Amino acid sequence: MAHDTTHAMPVETSTGLDTRKLAIWTFIGSECLFFATLISNYLVYKGKSLVGPLPHAESQCMLHGQMTTCEPIFEIPLVTFGTAVLLFSSFFVVMALNGAQRGNRKQLITWLSATVLGGMFFVGMQVYEFTHFYHKGLGFTTNLFGSTFYTLTGFHGTHVTVGVIWLATMLVLSIRGKVPPEKALNLELAALYWHFVDVVWIVIFPVVYLMR
Amino acid sequence: MEPHPSAAREHAHPSPALYLRVALVLFTLTALEVGCYEIARRPDAPLHQVVYQLMVPILLILSAAKFALVAMFYMHLKQDSRIYSGLFVFPLIIAGVLIAALIALFAYLKLVYG
Amino acid sequence: MATTAMGHAGTHAHAQKTGLWSWITTVDHKRIGILYGVTAFLFFLLGGLEALLLRWQLGAPDRTFLSPEVYNQLFTMHGTTMIFLGVMPLSAMFFNYFIPLQIGARDVAFPRLNAFSYWVFLFGGLLLNSSFLINAAPNAGWFGYANLTSTQYSPGLNVDFWIIGLQILGIASLAAAVNFFTTVVNLRAPGMKLMRMPMFVWMSFITQVLLLLAFPVITVALVLLMFDRQFGSHFFVPSGGGDPVLWQHLFWIFGHPEVYILILPAFGIVSEVLPVFSRKPLFGYAAMVFSGAFIAFLGFGVWSHHMFSTGMGPIADTVFSLATMLIAIPTGVKIFNWIGTVWGGSLQMKTPMYFALGFIAMFIIGGLSGVMHASPPADLQQTDSYFIVAHFHYVLFGGSIFALTAGAYYWFPKMSGRMLDETLGKIHFWLMFIGFNLTFAPMHILGLNGMPRRVYTYSAESGFTFWNQVETAGSLILGFSFLIFAWNLVRSLRRGPVAPADPWNGATLEWSIPSPPQEWNFAEEPRVDSRDAFWEMKRVRGGTMPEPPHVSGQGIHLPNPSYWPVVTALGILMFFVGLLLHVHVPTVLAGGALTLFSILSWAFEPTGH
Repeated sequence: MAHDTTHAMPVETSTGLDTRKLAIWTFIGSECLFFATLISNYLVYKGKSLVGPLPHAESQCMLHGQMTTCEPIFEIPLVTFGTAVLLFSSFFVVMALNGAQRGNRKQLITWLSATVLGGMFFVGMQVYEFTHFYHKGLGFTTNLFGSTFYTLTGFHGTHVTVGVIWLATMLVLSIRGKVPPEKALNLELAALYWHFVDVVWIVIFPVVYLMR
Repeated sequence: MEPHPSAAREHAHPSPALYLRVALVLFTLTALEVGCYEIARRPDAPLHQVVYQLMVPILLILSAAKFALVAMFYMHLKQDSRIYSGLFVFPLIIAGVLIAALIALFAYLKLVYG
Repeated sequence: MATTAMGHAGTHAHAQKTGLWSWITTVDHKRIGILYGVTAFLFFLLGGLEALLLRWQLGAPDRTFLSPEVYNQLFTMHGTTMIFLGVMPLSAMFFNYFIPLQIGARDVAFPRLNAFSYWVFLFGGLLLNSSFLINAAPNAGWFGYANLTSTQYSPGLNVDFWIIGLQILGIASLAAAVNFFTTVVNLRAPGMKLMRMPMFVWMSFITQVLLLLAFPVITVALVLLMFDRQFGSHFFVPSGGGDPVLWQHLFWIFGHPEVYILILPAFGIVSEVLPVFSRKPLFGYAAMVFSGAFIAFLGFGVWSHHMFSTGMGPIADTVFSLATMLIAIPTGVKIFNWIGTVWGGSLQMKTPMYFALGFIAMFIIGGLSGVMHASPPADLQQTDSYFIVAHFHYVLFGGSIFALTAGAYYWFPKMSGRMLDETLGKIHFWLMFIGFNLTFAPMHILGLNGMPRRVYTYSAESGFTFWNQVETAGSLILGFSFLIFAWNLVRSLRRGPVAPADPWNGATLEWSIPSPPQEWNFAEEPRVDSRDAFWEMKRVRGGTMPEPPHVSGQGIHLPNPSYWPVVTALGILMFFVGLLLHVHVPTVLAGGALTLFSILSWAFEPTGH
């Protein structure tokens, strides 16, 4: 239907836009600089580690005090799967929002649950990945790669976690029937944050994992 | 500025079918990214030389496409007021310049001037 | 009947409560503005005391009044305090009090978030200064260069206090920036188009954009430094492959926009005072808007002019040098437009005007030395010398502080309902002007003669003695001038003449309501048709408006007070104290949990949203 049901508040604002939606976009704009700095930090130190383990296959690197052949530490299949899950979770949340806007409670709850599960899976994948890397000798302070990698992906993962908490809260509200069409904007705010977190990963995935 | 009654801002939201199509395109683009990576790391793969040389621009273009799709269709920037797009694009430009400047200062210029 | 853009469901407006609890739970932008102002003024005096101690130590060669260790703490805290706990929150006082009034709104977009920003600022400032109690005040400069700040060279808690303090303050600034940005975009009264807004609102608006874009960068830089210190990473440690110069880049990418954050509100205040006291509209309004925006934008491209001595190479040096020189152009546009405003005006030489005119002169001097630093070869002599200290004090004190003082004299009647004493005001001005110039002008000479920065003493043979003595004497006069100011404030609050709504024949909407305003600001939403909206309203009525009546506030809805902002701020404080204590996990988790609980409670608190 043509009517925009996410503009729930009957408020007259200077731009006609909802103040809270304006605020979340403003916040997202600021967060772009936060992640840009972390990504710059990663890129500036890329290839400058004094010792291994290293992300991609190298013929030689310094490990445990000796130059040896270097196995790549990244496991691309796992990360690709996690990336796909996060991408699809953006699809899930926008389907949930669609349900909220149309007053379809079942659609809202189903897709929102899928989103939360997807987010939790992604975080779980990251935790597994970090643990795995740690066991293969990549600690936080082992080398610049470890420091910059864990910092960048760790902060991203923290943002995902905050998003999961936010969406889970919206899920509880949805189950209790507190997200009717007039209040769909509340979900849209959370969804925008969630998409942003996804979009940051869209940049991180190739830059960190695929580029050599 | 005259206050705009909110009802004036009416835009048709994309349909679930469109959302699904976008999701499938995103999935395909991701597959292409990974495919690119795999070709680049196997010297005996077809198109290896080309892909290896153009790795960075290819990946940047593919990820930019994914970024744009999520922003335009999932974040509704295509339908919504251009003010929201401005709030996103302006910091992105600054972010891009920041990353480029730091890379230039640390990688390129260091290489040339030590 | 208030339109909904103006009010939210909540308590019916009535006589404002008094008492400590009402201040702790206030969400009224005017009260929050006063909280910021009082707190910031006290921190400013503390920073001034730190400066006086530094000046006393430097008043004679080889003095042993302060040990080098204490000296390092004092100059670090002087800079950190003046910037983050002085100028920025003093500006915030004016943002809070006057942005809603000048755009014709009842409050900011998110009143509780506004209160939250204040409490976080207060707790951050207190935490930072609590370090003095254990003789561990930050001591590595307000810019914390790596790798002096590594655990190897700074083993104590000093730098950790600095990191944590700044992170907390950053949260306050970011939250406030989102708030004021959306307020200006969305809560303007009908007819208040962007190009009809008062210049103070414009400059403050641009400042919020700078805050939003610059603070995330320092946040990351501080996180990386904290990781180096707490966990042993090597982001800035050469032995692990890290580059200390990266810190400088990240810091100054924030740091340079930061100085524009410090000066743009001052520009805005001066652009309010000069027209009113010249009885003439601001010259070149559009040029003022665009030059302000251009300065802010360019301000992101000049950061490495703080790093000309780090060996970046000729290309980087040239790029940053050119960009820095370019900024002089829009700045010059502003100065000419201010002069153009005053030119041919009917000058009302009241105290605010003295400080505004003083600002122009002092800022020009500061700008001239700044343009001199823009040349890398010249800067190689000037950098790290007192010449730089002269420059930034001329722009930050001669600029920001003079302008903020002008704003204080200008807006005190509105905020308090009393007039400040004109005679004391003029005495304050002349003592401050003379004291300021005696203190900082000789620094140009000392700097070019080779006196380095951040030295706790100098030898008798250096030739630096005479000017240092002059500067120390000047600083005492300067300090004394603030006592006059404080006396004027206290005395006027108690028994100054009652102020009318419009003591200065003001141009902007805040002068159309009583002094001080009633809780809901405007009885009826103003309708704006031009720039200088209140001048226009008066002109239409033949030149004057009657004293606005006090109204009952029936039917005006205001947001409820709330304690969740202060509780959330406490949670954040606890979280960061845990990080400070070498990452004491239980405290960190408790703080995080309290913050989360508090945010959820805040979100579900009934307000009518």
